[in-house]
Amino acid sequence: MLGGINPSVLVASLMVASVPIILAAIGELVVEKAGVLNLGVEGMMIIGAICGFVTAVTTGNPYLGFVGGAVGGAVLSLVFGFLTQVLMSNQVATGLALTLFGQGLSSLVGQGYNGIKPPPTGSVPFGPLADIPVLGRILFSHDWVVYFSILSVAAVWAVLKFTRTGLILRAVGESHDAAHALGYKVVRIRMLAIMFGGAMAGLGGAYVSLIRVPQWTDGITAGAGWIALAIVVFASWKPARVLLGAYLFGGITVLQLNLQAAGAAIPVQYLSMSPYLITILVLVIMSSGKGKASLNAPAALGQNFHASR
Amino acid sequence: MLRLEKRPSPSRFWQVATPILAVVLTMIAGGIMFALLGKNPVEAIRTIFWDPLFNPQYAAYSRPQLLVKAGPLILIAIGLSLGFRAGIWNIGAEGQYIMGAIFGAGVGLALYPVETRWVFPLMILAGIFGGWLWAMIPAILKTRFRTNEILVSLLLVYVAQNILASMSLGLMRNPEGGGFPGSRNLSQIPAMQNVELIPGTGLHWGVVAAIIVTIAAYILLQRHILGFQIKLAGQAPRAARFAGVSPERLTLLCMGISGGLAGAAGLFEVTGPAGQISIDFNTGYGFTAIIVAFLGRLNPLGILLAGLLMALTYIGGELASFILGLPSAAIQAFQGMLLFFLLAVDLLTNFRIRFGTKKEVA
Amino acid sequence: MQRRTMLKGGAALGFATMMGGKVAFAQGLEKVKAGFVYVGPIGDGGWTFQHDQGRLALIEALGDKVETVYQENVPEGADAERVLTQMALSGCNIIFTTSFGYMDATNAVAAKFPDVKFEHATGYKRDTPNVSTYNARFYEGRAVMGTIAGLMTKSNKIGYIGSFPIPENIQGINASFIHAKKVNPDVTISVVWAYTWFDPAKEADAAKALIEQGVDVILQHTDSTAPLAEAAKTPGVIGFGQASDMSAYAPTPRVSAIVDNWAPYYIERVSALLDGTYAQKDTWAGIAGGEVGIGEITEAVPADVKAKAEEVRDAIASGAYHPFTGPLNKQDGSVWLKDGETPDDGTLSGMMFYVEGITGDIPS
Repeated sequence: MLGGINPSVLVASLMVASVPIILAAIGELVVEKAGVLNLGVEGMMIIGAICGFVTAVTTGNPYLGFVGGAVGGAVLSLVFGFLTQVLMSNQVATGLALTLFGQGLSSLVGQGYNGIKPPPTGSVPFGPLADIPVLGRILFSHDWVVYFSILSVAAVWAVLKFTRTGLILRAVGESHDAAHALGYKVVRIRMLAIMFGGAMAGLGGAYVSLIRVPQWTDGITAGAGWIALAIVVFASWKPARVLLGAYLFGGITVLQLNLQAAGAAIPVQYLSMSPYLITILVLVIMSSGKGKASLNAPAALGQNFHASR
Repeated sequence: MLRLEKRPSPSRFWQVATPILAVVLTMIAGGIMFALLGKNPVEAIRTIFWDPLFNPQYAAYSRPQLLVKAGPLILIAIGLSLGFRAGIWNIGAEGQYIMGAIFGAGVGLALYPVETRWVFPLMILAGIFGGWLWAMIPAILKTRFRTNEILVSLLLVYVAQNILASMSLGLMRNPEGGGFPGSRNLSQIPAMQNVELIPGTGLHWGVVAAIIVTIAAYILLQRHILGFQIKLAGQAPRAARFAGVSPERLTLLCMGISGGLAGAAGLFEVTGPAGQISIDFNTGYGFTAIIVAFLGRLNPLGILLAGLLMALTYIGGELASFILGLPSAAIQAFQGMLLFFLLAVDLLTNFRIRFGTKKEVA
Repeated sequence: MQRRTMLKGGAALGFATMMGGKVAFAQGLEKVKAGFVYVGPIGDGGWTFQHDQGRLALIEALGDKVETVYQENVPEGADAERVLTQMALSGCNIIFTTSFGYMDATNAVAAKFPDVKFEHATGYKRDTPNVSTYNARFYEGRAVMGTIAGLMTKSNKIGYIGSFPIPENIQGINASFIHAKKVNPDVTISVVWAYTWFDPAKEADAAKALIEQGVDVILQHTDSTAPLAEAAKTPGVIGFGQASDMSAYAPTPRVSAIVDNWAPYYIERVSALLDGTYAQKDTWAGIAGGEVGIGEITEAVPADVKAKAEEVRDAIASGAYHPFTGPLNKQDGSVWLKDGETPDDGTLSGMMFYVEGITGDIPS
C-alpha cells in the first residue's frame, strides 16, 4: 500500500508543512511557561501573514517581510498583554477575542493585496550537499525558515533549561506570588513572553503567506493557530516534543494526501480526520504512561497576577 | 501614578455600569475605524445598535431575530459557564453542537416519514445524547488518564466536522436531492420541525429551552449543593476536595451538562433555522458561546444579556454591511473591539483605581 | 470555516416550471436595486471574488440605472434567511444568492416577497415563480484543460485536486480525463480529495503529494493559488487557474485557467428587469454564454497544443461538440453513452460515477 511513496520526499515535505505550526507553537510554549494562556494564536498568525506580505511586497525584500510579520504579531499580542496583564481580563476570553479581531483587521489591511505574488525566498544553497541521496533531500533542500524553526526550538529548550532567564520565566509561570516575593517583575516578564509568542506566531503566519502559499487571501492561515495550541499541550510544555508533535501532525496530513495520490484504496473521509484522532491517542498514551504529563503544566497557567494579593 | 487596589467585594455599581461604558468606548473607537474607512461613523453606529431594534423598516423583522440568534449562544454558554466556574475547560462545544445535530437529525431521518407527535421529543433526546456523548470523550479521558480536556475537546471539533461532511455527502444525503449533499430539510417536515411558537417573535423551542436553562442554572448555582460544589471547586480546589467533592464526578457532570446543552442547541438549530444537515451546518456558535459565557461573567443572567448583545452586533452588523457597504471584516474587527473593551473595563468591578505611588503597580 | 457548496441541479425538474410557470413582467422598471449575498469574503480571490467582479461589471454596464448592495461572509442556513429578508425589506428588486447552501433559504424568503426576484446560483429549486436559478458548465472548461493536460504531460500522469465528492467535481474529473485520454491514450489520472474548498496549506500539500507521485500536470477544484505556487517549485510541472485567472503564475506553471464570469448573466437579468422582459428561468450556460471563460493559453504551451485546445474550446462554444459524447463507458465497463449519444442535463447534474479508465472509488 505504501508502494510508490518515497520516504525521504515525504520527510522533506512534512518538514516544510510543519514550519508555521512549529514557530507558533514554540512561541506559545514560552508564553504558557510564563503562566499565560493566549488562545489568540490564530489571530496573531494571520496578522503576521498580512503584515509580512505587505512589507515584503512594498519593500521587495522577503527577509524584511518576515521582520514585518514578526513585528505585526508582536504588536497585536501587546493588546492581549495589556488587557490580561495590566487590566487583568480573563485570558481565555481575551485570547478568543484577539482571534476575532485579528481576522477582521487582517482582512481590512489586506484589501488590495489579493492576487499579488510576493518576492520569492529561495532555498539555502548547500551546493553539492543537496545531491546526497536521501539525506540531501531531507536535510539540505529547504529555505532558511525551515532551519530557523528547528533552531528556535533548540534555542528555547536551551534557554529554558540552562539560563537564568529561563529559570525566572519558569518561576513566574509556576508561582507568580513567589516570583514576585523574590523581586521579579512578574508583569514585565510576562509581557515580554507574550510579545515573543506574538512575534513567533507572526513569523509562522508570514511563512504561510510568503513561502508556503505565496499569496494573500482572507483566512489564509486556515486554523493553523489552533493546531499550534494543541501541539503545545500535546508536547506537555517540552520544546523538543513540540518538534515531534508538529512533525507527527504534519506527517500524517502529508501521508494521507500521499496515499490518496498513490491510489491507495482508503476511506478518505476518515483519513482526513486521522491526524486529530492520532494526536488524541498519542496524548492519552503519554498522559497515562508516566502519569506526569498533565502535571507538567505551569502551575499558574491562565491565572492573572495582581501584586497586592 | 495610577495604582490598583482590589475591592473587598465586586462593586455593584460597576457591575451594571461597565457594560454600558464598554459599549460607549467601542462606539468611539469603532467610529474612528469607520471614519477611517470613509463611512459616516454616526450612521454606522446607529445602524448597528439602533436599527435592528427600532428602525421602522427592519425592526419588526430584526427584533425577533435577536432571539433566534441569541438562543443557541445562550444555551451553549450556560452549559459552558458551569464547567468554567469549576475550572473545567470545555473548548469543544462546537463539536458537541455538531454531534447533537447529527444524532438528532439521524433519529428523525431514520424514522422518516413517520408523522407522530413523539418524533420531535425523541430527536431532542437524541440531540442531547449526541452532545453528551461527544463531551464524555474528553471527560473520561481526563478522569481516567488525566488527558488535558482543552486539547481533546478542541481536536474533536475537527473530527466532528469531518463526520458532518461525511454524513451530508453519504449516509444522510437526501435521497430525493438528485445526488447533492445535504439531508432532507427537517424544518419542512411537520413532525420534526422546530416551529416558531408565537408568530413574529422568533421564539422557537430552542429559545424556550435557553430561557428555562438560564433559570435552572441560576437556581442551581444559588440553591443547589452541586452549584456550591462547582463554585468551591473553581475557587478553592483543595478545600473542595476536603469537603468531599469528587473532582472526577464534577468533571463528568460539568462536561456532560455542557455537552448535552450544546447538543440540544445543535438539534434545535438543525430542525429550525438551519433546517438541514449540510457540510457547512456549523457556523461557530460553539466558539462564540465561550466569549458569551465570559462576557456574562459566567453568571446565568449575565449570559442572557451577553447573548442578546452579541446577537445585536451580528444583526446590526449585517444591516450596516449591506446598507452602508461596510466590509464584513470591519464588523468582525468591531466585534473584537467590543469584546476587548468589555473585558478591559471589567477591571473596575473588582479593583479601585487610586492615584499615588505608595505601592508600586505590578 | 464554511465554504461555498455549489452544484448544478435538476434541469429535468426545472423543465416543468419553465413550461408551466413562465411569468413575464411586462412592466419595466426605472431603476433596479440589486442585492448580492456572498458566502465568503470578497478577498477570497476565487468564488466570491468572481461574483463581486460580476457585480462591478453590472454597475459598469448599466451605470445609474442600477444600485447594488452586497453582504459578505453570510453563513448558509438561518443567517442567510435573515440577510435575504433584510435585503428584501430594504427595497431590493432582485437578489442574487451565490452559494448552493442558500437554496432553501432563498425559496423560503421568495415565498414571502412575491414582488422581489430571486436568483439562486447552482441550485435546482424554484418553488415560486419569482425564483430563477443559474449555473455554469464548468466541465466544458475542464475539457479544454484536459486536452492541454493530455498533450503536455511527459510522465503520462495528471493529477486532480478535488474539493468534495459532489457532482460538480465528478463532472470535472471525468471531463478532464476523457479529453486527456483522447489526445494521449496512455494517460492516467490521480485524484486527491482535499475535503475543503479553501485551505492553502492543505492544497499545497496535495499538490506536492501529486508531484511526488510523478504527476506533472495538476488540475484543481479548490480555490487558492497554493497548488500553482507548489508547482512553480518543480520545473516542468504545470497547472491551471481556478475560478479566477491567477495570472500571477503565468506563463508557467499556470498555462491557462477556468474563469468564472458571472457578468454576462447579471447584466442580462437586471437589464431584463429594466425593460420588462424578465421571466423565470433556469440557466446553465457554459463557454458559449461567456460564463465559463478560458484564461489565456500562455507561450509555455507549444503552438500545436494551443491550437488543439482552442479547437476543443471553439467546438464546445459553437455547440458542435458536447464534452460528454459517446461512446463512453462507466468505470465498471458498463455502457453509459452509445456512439454519438450525449447525456441529458438531469443525468449530468447528478453525476456520481467515474468513467472507464479512472481508478479508485468516489468517497461517500
